[in-house]
Amino acid sequence: MSKLDGWELVVGLEVHCELRTATKLFCGCPNMFGDVPNTNVCPVCLGLPGSLPVINRQAVELAMRIGAALNCSIEPSTFHRKNYFYPDMPKDYQVSQYDEPINVGGYLELPDGFRVGIERAHMEEDTGKTVHLGGQGRIHGSSHSLVDYNRSGVPLVEIVSAPDMRTSEQARAYVAELRAILVAIGASDGRMEEGSLRADANVSVRRPGEPLGTRCEIKNVNSLRSLGRAIEYEAARQVDLIDAGEKVQQQTRHWDDANGRTITGRTKEEAEDYRYFLEPDLVPLAPDAGWVERVRSALPALPAARRQRVASAAGAEPASQAVVTVVDLELDDLVCAAVAAGADGRTALARASNEVAANADAGRRLDAGAFADLVKLEAGGALTATQAKTVLGELLEAGGGDPATIAAARGFEAMDVSALDATIDEIIAANSDEWARYCEGDSKMQGFFVGLVMKATQGKADGKAVNAALRERGGR
Amino acid sequence: MSTALEIAAAVRAGTTTARKVVEEHLAVASAREGELHACNLLMTDDALAAADAVDEAVARGDDPGPLAGVPIALKDNMCTRGVPTTCSSKILEGWTPPYNATVVDRLRAAGAIVIAKTNLDEFAMGSSTENSAFGPTRNPHDPSRVPGGSSGGSAAAVAAGYAPLALGSDTGGSIRQPAALCGVVGMKPTYGAVSRYGLIAFASSLDQIGPFATTVADAAALLEVIGGHDPLDTTSIAGPAPAVTAELGRGVEGLRVGVVQELSGEGIDPDVAARVGEASDALTAAGAKVEDASVPACTFGLSAYYLIAPAEASSNLARFDGVRYGLRVDGEDITEMYNRTRTAGFGAEVKRRIMLGTYALSAGYYDAYYGKALKVRTLIARDFAAAYEQFDVLISPTAPTTAFAFGAKTENPLSMYLSDVCTIPSNLAGHPAISGPFGTGDDGLPVGVQVLAPALGEPVMFRVAAAIEAAAPRSAS
Repeated sequence: MSKLDGWELVVGLEVHCELRTATKLFCGCPNMFGDVPNTNVCPVCLGLPGSLPVINRQAVELAMRIGAALNCSIEPSTFHRKNYFYPDMPKDYQVSQYDEPINVGGYLELPDGFRVGIERAHMEEDTGKTVHLGGQGRIHGSSHSLVDYNRSGVPLVEIVSAPDMRTSEQARAYVAELRAILVAIGASDGRMEEGSLRADANVSVRRPGEPLGTRCEIKNVNSLRSLGRAIEYEAARQVDLIDAGEKVQQQTRHWDDANGRTITGRTKEEAEDYRYFLEPDLVPLAPDAGWVERVRSALPALPAARRQRVASAAGAEPASQAVVTVVDLELDDLVCAAVAAGADGRTALARASNEVAANADAGRRLDAGAFADLVKLEAGGALTATQAKTVLGELLEAGGGDPATIAAARGFEAMDVSALDATIDEIIAANSDEWARYCEGDSKMQGFFVGLVMKATQGKADGKAVNAALRERGGR
Repeated sequence: MSTALEIAAAVRAGTTTARKVVEEHLAVASAREGELHACNLLMTDDALAAADAVDEAVARGDDPGPLAGVPIALKDNMCTRGVPTTCSSKILEGWTPPYNATVVDRLRAAGAIVIAKTNLDEFAMGSSTENSAFGPTRNPHDPSRVPGGSSGGSAAAVAAGYAPLALGSDTGGSIRQPAALCGVVGMKPTYGAVSRYGLIAFASSLDQIGPFATTVADAAALLEVIGGHDPLDTTSIAGPAPAVTAELGRGVEGLRVGVVQELSGEGIDPDVAARVGEASDALTAAGAKVEDASVPACTFGLSAYYLIAPAEASSNLARFDGVRYGLRVDGEDITEMYNRTRTAGFGAEVKRRIMLGTYALSAGYYDAYYGKALKVRTLIARDFAAAYEQFDVLISPTAPTTAFAFGAKTENPLSMYLSDVCTIPSNLAGHPAISGPFGTGDDGLPVGVQVLAPALGEPVMFRVAAAIEAAAPRSAS
């Protein structure tokens, strides 16, 4: 595969987001993943003859929330029918917004400040799910197929970006940020692996400054990692084609994650004629200005604003990994609360983005006061970092508690400095040869002596204080 | 035979029982069904059980409802829980809906007794009931003639006395035209006045359920029971059913009535036109001001209808694919299964309309066909609006001819389509219209006169229909 040297990658993304509603888009069936197949169904979502759709107000509200969060204009909209035959689509048409979507013309700002345009974010219904049996799980070679209609009629919003991204990293950052926004506003559970967020990538290459090249749409990308790989692969494939004097054919391609490649789907010539027309069973959707305004004003703080807030509280960069992590895992409130309670921001951010992040579910339940107290003990020198982590582990397990009491019960108390000095003197006296080498600058000896001190103090000594004391005596 | 209102009054008063009423009507049905084939299913046991329940309610002193004990026949494209619903198509043969159409629940709540599922042109596509996969229905006035369609079974059932009431569906005239040909009253409500939930769709933007009856007053009572907002149908109009019964005795003094010129001349049989003339004379005599009216875009109605209705049908009927219910003819793969199932399951007219509609919506043809038809639809609404600035109601023939012979129009679909030329404009506009019998043609068969009104104009429309009924020559057959 060739490199992209001299070529510019152009990526636009279509992200399908299953809305976190209680019920489906057009009926009262539960919107629930993982239930026994064909148990969350009724005449409407099975498309039985005579059934009619009724729009779900909560789905409209969440769709508008997405539009508001992506800086879109929220407009009166209509639904169309997209006609094609497929067994997992019970009416053999999909109800989807077409030329009059609910949200148009917004943007999403990546953590580094780069803005990706949003062309539209429209509502549509999901299809059921087909399982092919008696083969390799694919339709070819299978003896029969089973369809689960539990997902049929689940509300989706399809978010279509402008072709603004120029690297696979940007595409990944876009999906990550979009995911964070969708989770923050309660529109999605963000679970890509369960298919509640699905990304299709439109990929093309061109020489910088030239018009857009012919694009291919890459489907079936169900993780951030796959997205990056699929885009890289596809761009290289297109460059190879052009270098070989061939043309890129506009087509749909499927990402084969196991083999790390995209494979041919439908070409433009084979594209289905969906015979879109206005869905006569639904009336136009025209949320009144008051409703739109209520949705906009009730929007919670979005990840970008929360990164800004926690970064300034902790004295860190908004785009730093620790900041991104705590906001992603919704641990930023914990950090901000600790700082507000007078704890050190850097220490709070460090513990939140490492130890707490490793157990984020417990972290979101953790008593903020207890966390703040722990950070104060550590930052004040009463507990060593090692001890603080141990106490934090217990706090996470219990959901709270008094860090000082836990530390005392474990016998954690910061050694007083004179006791530490005496211990160090004893150790130097007992290891005079090694000490001589330390003083000559043998860097391996630093760890040797720290280890001995920690052993002698049963871990109670503060590592930083030990290092400092050793350096002072060794004249280093 | 008694009217529905007479039956309900007697059952409510305890002077007769619902069981007795139902047994009498089932006896009529049994006697004539072999000849007429108005029904796909006679629901004898269900009907008697429902009748007993009404009688028990009366005995307990509970209110048995405004249509207590009144037998009613349902066009077999309305879903009935646990009772087969076929649309007179092989593709749905044996399918039993797990739910009731809203109108069915409302009928039951009103004490009406569903006694039959009636025959229709397959998926309501036709004007003679000859397109039924289960054989045609015959006209009770002359069994060598068609009853009209597509609700031919419902019209024939009421005309033959199986039941004083029936429900049909009207997409381009499928209630009014067979009502005219069978000499009964048939009415299409304003689009959205009656819930479509549970009506198996032909063309969703045009379909409306409406009443058949032997009198205008019975039709009014039935409309009041089935109408009104339904939360299960987004296109249903907010608010209660139109109150029409109270309008019936008000007369037509001072009303402005327009005779639609575009629906009165060429293509209308002279004897039919003569009856419409007599009906308008009767309205004049009753104090109405009758003048010629013009709705120019009406002349494009048929063309627009035969693009819009098939386009919607091509999508609505896609779900009959053999995957989930109804007929399945297996094949090597899913595409072959689809093809075989739909080839075997649909009749020729349904296939013709699916193809017409698929073509009209196709990329490259949409603007020329479907798109243009939508513009015509807008024009028709505009021309009606202009006419209703001058007139309270309009009148026209319901159908260009009286009942025609079997096979007379089956060879030439276009000649069959012309049967609906007078009724289609109301569907395209979403307006109400009613057909009532007014005398007979030269062949002695019933003629229908149609009264058209603007959206939600049912009250004034029923006033005029009642006046025409009062002036109509007695005993159409």
